Amino acid sequence: MIEREQVLHIARLARLSLSEDEVTRMASELSKVLEHVEKINELDLEDVRPTTHVVEVENALRADEPRPSLPREVVLESAPEVIDGGFAVPSPQA
Amino acid sequence: MSDLIELSAGEAARRVQAGELDPVELFEAYRDRAARDDLNAFTWLADSAPASTGGAGAELALGGVPLAVKDLFCTSGVPSQAGSRILEGYRPPYTATVVERLNRAGAPLLGKTNQDEFAMGSSNENSGYGPVLNPWDRARVPGGSSGGSAAAVAAGLAPWALGTDTGGSIRQPAALCGVVGLKPTYGAVSRYGMIAFASSLDQAGPFARDVSDAALLLSQMVGERDPCDSTSLAFPEPITMPDARRLDGVRLGVPEELTGEGIEPGVLTAFEDTLRRAEELGASVRRCRLPHAPHGLSAYYLLAPAEASSNLARYDGVRYGLRVDGEDGLLAMYTRTRHDGFGAEVKRRIMLGTYALSSGYYDAYYGRAQRVRTKIAGDFDSAFQEFDLVATPTSPTVAFELGSRTADPLSMYLSDFCTVPMSLAGIPAISIPNGLSDGLPTGFQLAGPAFSENRVLDVAFALERAIGFDGSPARR
Amino acid sequence: MSERERTDSPGTRDTPGVDLEPVIGLEIHVQLSTRTKMFCGCVLSFGEPPNTRTCPVCLGLPGTLPVVNERAIHFGLMIGMALECELAPRSVFHRKNYFYPDLPKGYQISQYDEPLARRGRLGEVRIHRVHLEEDAAKLVHVGTSGRIHGSDVSVVDFNRGGTPLVEIVTEPDVRSGEQAREWLTLLRTTLRQLGVSDVDMSQGSLRCDANVSVRPRGSKELGTKTELKNMNSFKFLEQGIRAEVERQIEVVRSGGAVEQETLHFDPSTGTLSLLRSKEEAHDYRYFPEPDLIPVRVTDEMLAAARHALPELPAARADRYETTLGLNTSAARHLATRSELGEYFEDALRELAAASDGGRTPPPEETVQQLANWVTGELVSRLGESDPRESNVSPSALAGVVAMLASKSISVGAARQVLDRLVAEGGDPAQIVELEGLAGLGGDAAEELAPIVAAAIEAHPEAAARMRAGNDKAIGPIVGQVMRETRGRADGAEVTRLVREQLGV
Ligand SMILES: [Mg+2]
Ligand SMILES: [Zn+2]
Repeated sequence: MIEREQVLHIARLARLSLSEDEVTRMASELSKVLEHVEKINELDLEDVRPTTHVVEVENALRADEPRPSLPREVVLESAPEVIDGGFAVPSPQA
Repeated sequence: MSDLIELSAGEAARRVQAGELDPVELFEAYRDRAARDDLNAFTWLADSAPASTGGAGAELALGGVPLAVKDLFCTSGVPSQAGSRILEGYRPPYTATVVERLNRAGAPLLGKTNQDEFAMGSSNENSGYGPVLNPWDRARVPGGSSGGSAAAVAAGLAPWALGTDTGGSIRQPAALCGVVGLKPTYGAVSRYGMIAFASSLDQAGPFARDVSDAALLLSQMVGERDPCDSTSLAFPEPITMPDARRLDGVRLGVPEELTGEGIEPGVLTAFEDTLRRAEELGASVRRCRLPHAPHGLSAYYLLAPAEASSNLARYDGVRYGLRVDGEDGLLAMYTRTRHDGFGAEVKRRIMLGTYALSSGYYDAYYGRAQRVRTKIAGDFDSAFQEFDLVATPTSPTVAFELGSRTADPLSMYLSDFCTVPMSLAGIPAISIPNGLSDGLPTGFQLAGPAFSENRVLDVAFALERAIGFDGSPARR
Repeated sequence: MSERERTDSPGTRDTPGVDLEPVIGLEIHVQLSTRTKMFCGCVLSFGEPPNTRTCPVCLGLPGTLPVVNERAIHFGLMIGMALECELAPRSVFHRKNYFYPDLPKGYQISQYDEPLARRGRLGEVRIHRVHLEEDAAKLVHVGTSGRIHGSDVSVVDFNRGGTPLVEIVTEPDVRSGEQAREWLTLLRTTLRQLGVSDVDMSQGSLRCDANVSVRPRGSKELGTKTELKNMNSFKFLEQGIRAEVERQIEVVRSGGAVEQETLHFDPSTGTLSLLRSKEEAHDYRYFPEPDLIPVRVTDEMLAAARHALPELPAARADRYETTLGLNTSAARHLATRSELGEYFEDALRELAAASDGGRTPPPEETVQQLANWVTGELVSRLGESDPRESNVSPSALAGVVAMLASKSISVGAARQVLDRLVAEGGDPAQIVELEGLAGLGGDAAEELAPIVAAAIEAHPEAAARMRAGNDKAIGPIVGQVMRETRGRADGAEVTRLVREQLGV
């Protein structure tokens, strides 16, 4: 079961603001889903190796050769706010 | 209705190559229909055939036959929003490798299709741009997440389309809309330029009216590995046009775990009818076991959200997309932007995935899920010792009514019960139309070992003829 | 030097009761000098206009994917070898998840439980691990902007974002700020000789954080540590660590407990301020990067890295000791300041050539003498600057040492010659000639004999006490000889002549 405090903690990690009733709904919905997925705890998975890639390939390396960068106007095209050729954001310390 | 629309994509391409058909005329015919789209299948439509199409189609494999592309494929200068308000109006400076390849092979971009936000959904009701309607019954969902591509092909708004499949997002909507949908082997198609949902599962694939068209489109999607995608793989052989008439010697396995309770009676009946047709064509059909398949959904709903929670961290209002500023600094900007920009299901999965990865829970959730994944892949390996392919219904149900499952996430997740195991194993799987149940399409799923696409397509082709599905009602 | 000698912290200097020992581990980030970034083809940036060295990949645009730079792996392996690490046959990239404007994807691609290399050593400090990752972008604070509702604004420049980094983590083997500074100098020389980085702290291509704790001497378990950041010069590193060690010792002495926290060093005041307390500690949610596949280190890659390794300070110091017979401190000094080593070896060649065309190497004591003059007399005159760019050519210094060895000039005269060489260069023999500094020892013995005789005359009682067996009485006699010869006479030679003439 997911407690309200856990929901708030996870929401902070995920940088999501949640309204009061969103928090309540999230707590019950996540609890239901987790209750279902926790069925995998019935399985004996001793010394089963975890799969990250289904296809076991290795070493797709790139030669250290330059490729053209983007023109700055293209880089900044979609930026919500630009100052001095950079992406403007509220200061972290503020 | 223009009879051009009734041509299969392959036949249209053949006529263009033979100089009997003007690709621009073909493009305009589809553009006109798409422009009158009343299914909300498109989020963007090309205003005219790209200059390059003029005549060019003649020398190219895909003959200038226009292509509908799921919104989440990046297309240079064209809105690529992944069905999300957080990317509203976003126009990337580059084009996805697979779209590039298909354009070069002679399939010009017709439009971008609606989808569940960031491919998270099985009904297309999670789109930030409104739900897509099912052309067989406009009160019902087309399935998801590639609902727009499925509906567009079913309704004849596009001859064929690109979709992506993470846990069933090509196969399930294909089944609910009565078209062919194929999820290739993981790594066969480049993911570069595909806006990510779950990186270790996402795979692009074709939607088409019939198996031959799906094979033709796929043949131009795979091949050389993409140096821009470390996980992509060269396809070991060319994709050939399917032509099997009989299935003598083909061993079909029917996994008990995916054909029992939970499957709607009408869907199950249609499925068993087709198994009988397979036997009549000379195939052997026997039960097989995938003991861990029932745990697929659980593993999937831990792994995919975990990867998604990380993949979607980049939508932070700094470089592109939506930004909601507050009076009080960076944290407020982040949390408000993401609160307003993401829909409910996306937030749910970000929360679920963040939890599954958070300190103290990783081993219990993400770690265990990765081990379940190993078990499921192992189940398929041993099944393929005795069988060439496994067969299941694609979706446990036919298309359901809009809004009927939105209240209960879990019931929605169950739509992927039969498709998720193949995604976890990274193996190819196709869904073909398998007749109607109460006037609504059902789907028949075939899956094979990695890189067995040619085999899968061949068997699907033979069954397709035996089933003799008529999809034209949806195009009227 | 042994750790004991190097332990010079306040904890050991002025602790009457509890003898507290500082325990320090270092975390070093090194920007690799590849041509392109870690995961994309953008050329590395050196002060270009903001956001002109970026592409869809290093901007974290939707749909983009990373591809590992092969040379970054190559450099990583070279570093792993130079630090005598065990190289992982297979290593894996992970995602380190956290939000910050300089992190375009919302995660940093780094390595976690399968790093490129682990368990190594450099000098007296053990290496815990060496791993590859990508650098963050540059975040510049620009003050208040009307546009963002009057709040404080920063601007992000992604040119630096994605630059290849190697992170080197040591075991807690360091015992003082001074040792930290000395060891980091050794690491910098090593990396510079590998040619894998500019290793310039002021430019940020070399960065060092420190984990500091104290414990009762002899105790085995570690105390609560604090993490020190932003010490962006060798001086600040030493200062910051010293200040923190003092602070922690104060806390413990006054019966308090050290809190686990992250501290920020302020160069302007030389003080530390709280950056992050334990409560705010991150939860990075590491998991294997699904967009990358594991790196399998092949024999070819290992061979290429080994082939690219130059002679490193540790090996060079060892060669100076064993084959040239130098003492440890001179050998280490010449090896860690490689430009001194180069200069020394050039001068040594000249010395050998001068003596007999280099057929037989100069005697060990002469070689040691040359080393001493490079690390002592020369460095005391040139300081940090490179002798190869000074007025003193290696052959000139070799000449000075040769004249010393043949006792044709005295140490005092040699010092005067070196002063002239440093000032205006030239040929030492000529300087000796012009200045009339030619020594009176050795070949000039007969010229010295009468002066010695006169000095004995002038000090009869000293002479008497010497005959009575009191060697110390020789002082005044030698003193007069030196005055007469204006320091050109060789002390040992003078003593020999005095004893000879007195028959003792
Ligand atoms: Mg680091
Ligand atoms: Zn770049």
